[in-house]
Amino acid sequence: MLDDFFMRALLAGIGLAMVTGPAGCFIVWRRLAYFGETIAHSALLGVAIAVLVDLHLVIGIFFTAALVVLAMYYLERRDTLPTDTLLGLLSHGGLAVGLVLLSFFPNMRVDLQALLFGDILAVSHVDLAVIWGGGVIALGLLWWIWRPLLAATVSPDLAVVAGLKPERAQLVFGILLAAVIAAAIKIVGVLLIVALLIIPSAAVRRFAASPEQMAAGAAVVGMMAVAGGLFASATFDTPSGPSIVVTALVLFILTRLGRTLPAGGAR
Amino acid sequence: MLVKATDMGVRRGERWIIRHVELSVDRGQLIYLIGANGAGKSTCAKAILGLLDIDEGSIDRTPALEVGYVPQRLALNPTLPLTVRRLITLTGRFPGTRIESALASVGLHRLGDPPVTTLSGGEFQRLLLARALLHRPDLLVLDEPAQGVDMAGAGVLLDLIQDIRRDLQCGVLLISHDLQAAMSTGDDVVALVPHEHDERPFGLDDPYAGAARRAAGQA
Repeated sequence: MLDDFFMRALLAGIGLAMVTGPAGCFIVWRRLAYFGETIAHSALLGVAIAVLVDLHLVIGIFFTAALVVLAMYYLERRDTLPTDTLLGLLSHGGLAVGLVLLSFFPNMRVDLQALLFGDILAVSHVDLAVIWGGGVIALGLLWWIWRPLLAATVSPDLAVVAGLKPERAQLVFGILLAAVIAAAIKIVGVLLIVALLIIPSAAVRRFAASPEQMAAGAAVVGMMAVAGGLFASATFDTPSGPSIVVTALVLFILTRLGRTLPAGGAR
Repeated sequence: MLVKATDMGVRRGERWIIRHVELSVDRGQLIYLIGANGAGKSTCAKAILGLLDIDEGSIDRTPALEVGYVPQRLALNPTLPLTVRRLITLTGRFPGTRIESALASVGLHRLGDPPVTTLSGGEFQRLLLARALLHRPDLLVLDEPAQGVDMAGAGVLLDLIQDIRRDLQCGVLLISHDLQAAMSTGDDVVALVPHEHDERPFGLDDPYAGAARRAAGQA
């Protein structure tokens, strides 16, 4: 049953989880869930633009998402509106403009269902190369900004005084997140990508004694969720994104059942 | 001279949060920055640290000044797993012996490596102090380190700060509410008065400023 398309999806998913684990930890630590949703929602605008100018979908999504990150970076410093209001503006603005643009092309073969929920049949050899190549670069970048980003997560002031340039690290992380989300769209879909970032991190929190352990653990749980979800998707013919997220959810619930397990500090 | 602020002012909109502040810290000096709530003590410290831009005056710092900062509060997200030793190495990588000696200088070396969420308020402040010490600072800036710590703990902290100043020969800028400690142990006391630069000044009866002026008159 290990058809070629299935192996490709599995490898792509594992490459993805390798990055969503550590990146997802920062989403949880820095309370960026809504920021992640905003980037994901902007993906539809990215698809519309990719269709308009005839680009690869993932590239279109990445550039739009990166623009949203830069816009947010700028607005947070210039505007007096609260962060979640700005995010709502960009998130739903991007989504609405994308949908309106797409409606101008009724003959376009854009599979909205696949975009929203993921489609394992859609992973090509090129996608696989992009995900693994991009994944290795993303992990390298994350390793490079790890200390300043982590210090800034605890206290931006401490990071600045220690000369760690946290602003640069935060911007790099935002762009990296745009790339991760663009790469994840085919497997998990726009609607559920943030779940793949958050649930594995949340599942391993109580077993981790250090940030690095939590990041590695989240990557492993993410890979398990991807593998389990894809098997379920292939077996029961369910959409891949929801199947992966349901598997992650089951793993999360399992970690919560063992109440007698040693808890690593706060829960 | 490690750092010297001349006629420093920070404005938010039309309002001056601090203005006309003169402050300098020399090597080996303990300088107190006191004032009531809202007098701009933290703003003043952040300006000295270079965390915010000043709108008036100037700040001169010695080149390559190594600064240690102990913030007033550190709201840790409980989802971030941090142990004692991981927290103090957040801002830099240091050899093990140096970490041990920093922990020992604040009396936390026998604690092991527990999650920071299990520490008491006083222990946590001392840990933040150890983190700042790891960087071997020329200038140590502490923002109300004794807040939320009981009387005994506050005394321990003050003694520690005195020891550190003597051992490292660093300058210390200490933000505090404790006027008495400031008068008895400080080399200099800078008192900030809230709303001093509002249109209708009502800070003239400020007890901190009054006492500081009297002390200055006696000196």
